[in-house]
Amino acid sequence: MTWPDIGNAMFGGAADYGEILALVSNSVWAGAVLGLVGGLIGVFVMQRDMAFAVHGISELSFAGAAAALLVGADVVTGSIVGSLLAAGIIGWLGSRARERNSIIGVLMPFGLGLGILFLSLYQGRSANRFGLLTGQIVTVQNSQLGWLILIGVIVLAGLLLMWRPLRFDSLDPQAAAARGVPVRAVSLAFMLLLGLVVAVAVHIIGALLVLALVVTPAAAAMRVSAGPVAVPVLAAVFGFASAVGGILLAVMGELPVSPYITTISFAIYLVCRAIGAGRDRVTRSAA
Amino acid sequence: MSPQLAQPLVIEQAGLQRRARVLWSGLDLALHPGELIAVLGPSGSGKTTLLRAILGLDRLSEGRITVLGEPVRGTGNRRVGYIPQQRPLPRDTAMRARDLVRLGVDGHRFGLPIPRRGERARVDALLADAGATEFADRPVGLLSGGEQQRLRVAQALADRPRLLLCDEPLTSLDLANQEAVVRMIDRHRREHDAGVLLVTHDINPVLERVDRILYLAGGRFSLGTPGDVLRSDVLSGLYGADVFVTRAGNRLVVVGAPDAEEAHHHHEDESA
Repeated sequence: MTWPDIGNAMFGGAADYGEILALVSNSVWAGAVLGLVGGLIGVFVMQRDMAFAVHGISELSFAGAAAALLVGADVVTGSIVGSLLAAGIIGWLGSRARERNSIIGVLMPFGLGLGILFLSLYQGRSANRFGLLTGQIVTVQNSQLGWLILIGVIVLAGLLLMWRPLRFDSLDPQAAAARGVPVRAVSLAFMLLLGLVVAVAVHIIGALLVLALVVTPAAAAMRVSAGPVAVPVLAAVFGFASAVGGILLAVMGELPVSPYITTISFAIYLVCRAIGAGRDRVTRSAA
Repeated sequence: MSPQLAQPLVIEQAGLQRRARVLWSGLDLALHPGELIAVLGPSGSGKTTLLRAILGLDRLSEGRITVLGEPVRGTGNRRVGYIPQQRPLPRDTAMRARDLVRLGVDGHRFGLPIPRRGERARVDALLADAGATEFADRPVGLLSGGEQQRLRVAQALADRPRLLLCDEPLTSLDLANQEAVVRMIDRHRREHDAGVLLVTHDINPVLERVDRILYLAGGRFSLGTPGDVLRSDVLSGLYGADVFVTRAGNRLVVVGAPDAEEAHHHHEDESA
């Protein structure tokens, strides 16, 4: 492949941009919702040190989607079932970080293996196979879009309604429990919301790259602020920019959507790191 | 008797067993308003379990606990203040000093996170009491361990609790911050007639202010004034070994006490 070929693959569709965009408008909408909600929930994922759990859930979500593909069921439903199952198991069994990590470490390869098995048995279009792992633009159909948006709204509402107890539990579970916060229920509810977000993310960016929308935006936001409003708002904005920006760029080429999204979210992170480092220096010299 | 006038804490005939061995039993304790009782003992003697049982987070093997006139039920108790041990917070914690204190005001509340009238003023007052006004808007992850711990105390005092439980609140703090934390606790119990139960492995930072001492060791306990409990003969009796309490300057030093309960009970298990 020569350089012009690569350029063509990446941005060759620029001439027919408007027409192509109309075809993928569903994905843009789904990406917008996912970017916002993923960035927001990422703040808690970081605070609770659960990046690894996100990865584990996404592999089982992938297995669920692959199983659905194989038996001809709805793929979104399949990924949701897989996600919630994994989130439930991790939330139920792994209250301590160490236990949790070992449970995830055991579940993740099993889920990935199952998913690959189901995909290998599947006889349909091959594009669908890689789509679940690495993301595809045109995977979102009209019937699914409603579901993805509904899930986004549920997660958003759930997070807002338990915002303060969840923050308390994420910072200091002992003190939160002493104050009467039902910490087990809050943790489990959080895991289920996380499972829902991951299930959506698998359909946009692919199971292998979910972290780019659920962890990176929040990590970037936490570099530049510690404000209780600023961090979640920035994380949601970063997630939105990465997802929508990535899809809009990917439309021009014929490559999967994920490299565009991951590159944008990584670039945002780098900029935030640089800003944060500069600010740390200022604080220290001022002190 | 209305709960407002009730004893902060009444423990009756309490006992704790772990894996068939008795840590202590027959414990009767009434914590009076404004009283500070320090809980001492080696690790594994059930000090933390006692605090957690008072909060309803753990259960004792036997006995009854009454908190502010009401029997312990459910898990957690918003009328009780709880100060955990200092643990450093991650550097990138997305929270400022004032947010950490604020959790004591509204951290238990479900629903949309909309601030209520008067809460900001309350948080400002708590920050001032903790000597934290200066760094109120700095990220907590960048503060020192002592500064973080003063914020935890402020958080625990947010609802003006009449019972305060402190689990090793002074561990790994420098002397100035130990003194600051003790002062905050002391002032609170005087201003609000609050009873304080304070678990510690070092009595010296609170020795001047403590009213009574509960010493748990060797499957037994001893309860009384510092002069009654912190004596060589009393502690030797508890541990069943020669333990010496000596004064070094104005500090009390306990020499010869086993660090943990394990060794001692291993011996008991064999004889049982």
